[in-house]
Amino acid sequence: MKTFKMGGVHPEENKISNDAVIEQMPLPSQVVVLMNQHLGAPATPVVAKGDKVKVGQLIGEAQAFMCANVHSPVSGTVTKIDTCKDIAGIAKPAIYINVEGDEWVDTIDRTPEIKRECNLEPKEIVAKLKEMGIVGLGGATFPAHIKYSVPEGKKAEYLIINAVECEPYLTSDYRVMMEHAEEICIGVSILRKALGVPNAYIGIENNKPVPISVMTEMSKNFQGIVVEPLKVKYPQGAEKQLINAITGRKVPSGKLPIDVGCVVSNVGTAFSVYEAIQKNKPLIENILTVTGKKIPSQHNYQVRIGITYNDIIKHAIGALPETTGKVISGGPMMGKAIVNLDAPTTKGASSVLVMDEAEARRNPETNCIRCGKCANACPMGLEPYLFSALVKNGRIEEAQKHNILDCIECGCCFFSCPANKPLTDEIRLGKNRVRAMMAAKR
Amino acid sequence: MKLLNISGSPHVHSDESTKKIMWRVNLALIPMLLVAIAYFGLNALLISIVSVVWCLLFQWLIEKFIMKTPSTISDGSAIVTGLLLAFNVPATKEMILLVGLGALVAIGIGKMSFGGLGKNPFNPALVGRVFLLISFPVQMTTWPTAGKLFPMTLDTVSGPTPLMLLKEGGTEALPQAWELFLGHIGGSLGEVSALAILIGAIYLLCRKIITWHIPVAFIGTAFVFSAILWLVNPELYVDPVTSILTGGIMLGACFMATDMVTSPMSKVGQLIFGAGCGLLTIIIRTWGAYPEGVSFAILIMNAVTPLLNRWCKPARFAC
Repeated sequence: MKTFKMGGVHPEENKISNDAVIEQMPLPSQVVVLMNQHLGAPATPVVAKGDKVKVGQLIGEAQAFMCANVHSPVSGTVTKIDTCKDIAGIAKPAIYINVEGDEWVDTIDRTPEIKRECNLEPKEIVAKLKEMGIVGLGGATFPAHIKYSVPEGKKAEYLIINAVECEPYLTSDYRVMMEHAEEICIGVSILRKALGVPNAYIGIENNKPVPISVMTEMSKNFQGIVVEPLKVKYPQGAEKQLINAITGRKVPSGKLPIDVGCVVSNVGTAFSVYEAIQKNKPLIENILTVTGKKIPSQHNYQVRIGITYNDIIKHAIGALPETTGKVISGGPMMGKAIVNLDAPTTKGASSVLVMDEAEARRNPETNCIRCGKCANACPMGLEPYLFSALVKNGRIEEAQKHNILDCIECGCCFFSCPANKPLTDEIRLGKNRVRAMMAAKR
Repeated sequence: MKLLNISGSPHVHSDESTKKIMWRVNLALIPMLLVAIAYFGLNALLISIVSVVWCLLFQWLIEKFIMKTPSTISDGSAIVTGLLLAFNVPATKEMILLVGLGALVAIGIGKMSFGGLGKNPFNPALVGRVFLLISFPVQMTTWPTAGKLFPMTLDTVSGPTPLMLLKEGGTEALPQAWELFLGHIGGSLGEVSALAILIGAIYLLCRKIITWHIPVAFIGTAFVFSAILWLVNPELYVDPVTSILTGGIMLGACFMATDMVTSPMSKVGQLIFGAGCGLLTIIIRTWGAYPEGVSFAILIMNAVTPLLNRWCKPARFAC
């Protein structure tokens, strides 16, 4: 079975919400739509206070190169154009909308009927991805129209669909594959056409036998879609590791996947591409897992973007259990601890993970015993213990020389450290210092 | 209102800890302890207990009164040092007293003076052992012969170890390989039975506390080098199988050289480290003044470890 070659760890899988079918989250009374839900510059609001908007109407326009359109996820009245604190507590430009009814833009096809034919040319597909505000749903929220516009002089050879879902707890990709296999395959075919590559490879970690067989069966009806089961090892779904597992190629330091002829998109993105291209539906909803060992019930929801985390928790489980220690957006390995539960969800949101106190506690740090487990676990072949020491002593240039910027922050080093040293935190700090140093030199 | 925790990712941990590692090493040392008690009886038991108690006491005292830091004796590392020190001395009644001095040097100078576990450049047990060897050469090289099982007397009959026989130039009186393997021979407490050492080492390998690199490189190099010497002159030099089964090679390769703190981190570094230990051991045995060279070889290679860490980098994913 294919896998990446270097490092990796085996965290407890905890996929306890696998069997919870996708439910529709009811509309809240108000949504807050952030203007930068994607990598790059914020979108520019194109509505004003008091405007009536419909579901799917453009409210934030991409004016910079690295930017994505934002559409209204609800119908109602714009009450304020202001800032709103995101999950990290940082104020971002946002549009506040009071929800009134559920009136959609006419062009959006809301019928359940599956539309298989797509006659658009590659350029038209990319233009439509831009129009619909599609971004990567794997975590980085990279604008899709930029990813699928292959730069001059570079050639795409592989389209890789990331359905690995190697993060413990998360099951949104699992559910999408179970419930929307055909739509995903249509979306993948569209992306394949946009790139002009012969084959698309859907990588799925081998701990999901049912989605593997569902997708394999479905892919037989489509040309050029190969389902590739992958060994269960974290971080199998990290972009560079996935490319390595499927193609054997390695993305060089500081380069992008396209430099080795690869384009990687998440399986959730493929589904939203189907909806955008075939149904004219902008990215206004995503699938979100609500999970945790100590919460009363497990859920997967289809959620309108802009609903607050508090609203989701209230609807799903009533209230957080008394013993809650931490609430995380994303998985336990790379997700972000939520500072502000009043923050709205964004396009890239994939889960609300509720950890109880014992699970959320960090054990006290002890001396490094130079066991080398961090270096063995590192999927990038780096030396986390060394970065830790260099960063603490302010030796930032040396950290740069030892390629600290290659770190993908997967968390394997901290996960495996017997001395409980917060290596990933220290490396993150080091990377920021290196970037600041490089910016100062320029 | 109850506040939630926030921190950077990852939010889960493997639950591995230094404490668990050290207690597993202690568990791996038990077969050797049992064999030592079987062959050397009361002396072996007393030396081990005394050594461990002194190590714990010295660490506790130093942390409490000199470093003024919270005690770390529960992490089990002082017990590892104590047991390994005991395993590296002969089972005579003199050693019951002397091992305490070894423990003071091992813990006080070998470990705590550098800042405690993880900061020491040299294997503490070996620092203590070499201190005793240089300060008390007679007592440290008077080995009791292995007689009947479970001797309950403190007085022992001393006799030569296989390596001493070799140093005196004879290869005829040597025990058979299987005797060496089971360990019914003269020598330090923990080094006599290759079988007991291997049981412990396999446990550590399964628990992923050690990897094969250092032991295999160490024993392999010693084997090959001895084989070359033996092929050159079988009259003068011992055959390679006997060579690796005698003295401290097995114990050193599996438990002393593999000490995480004092060995290199990369696999290539570990192979060089192990090979260096093997080479130096046979050089000291063959041409040095001491019949055994494992302790010196490992300490010398410990000194090279920071350089090996600097030179031997892991293969990067993306170049």
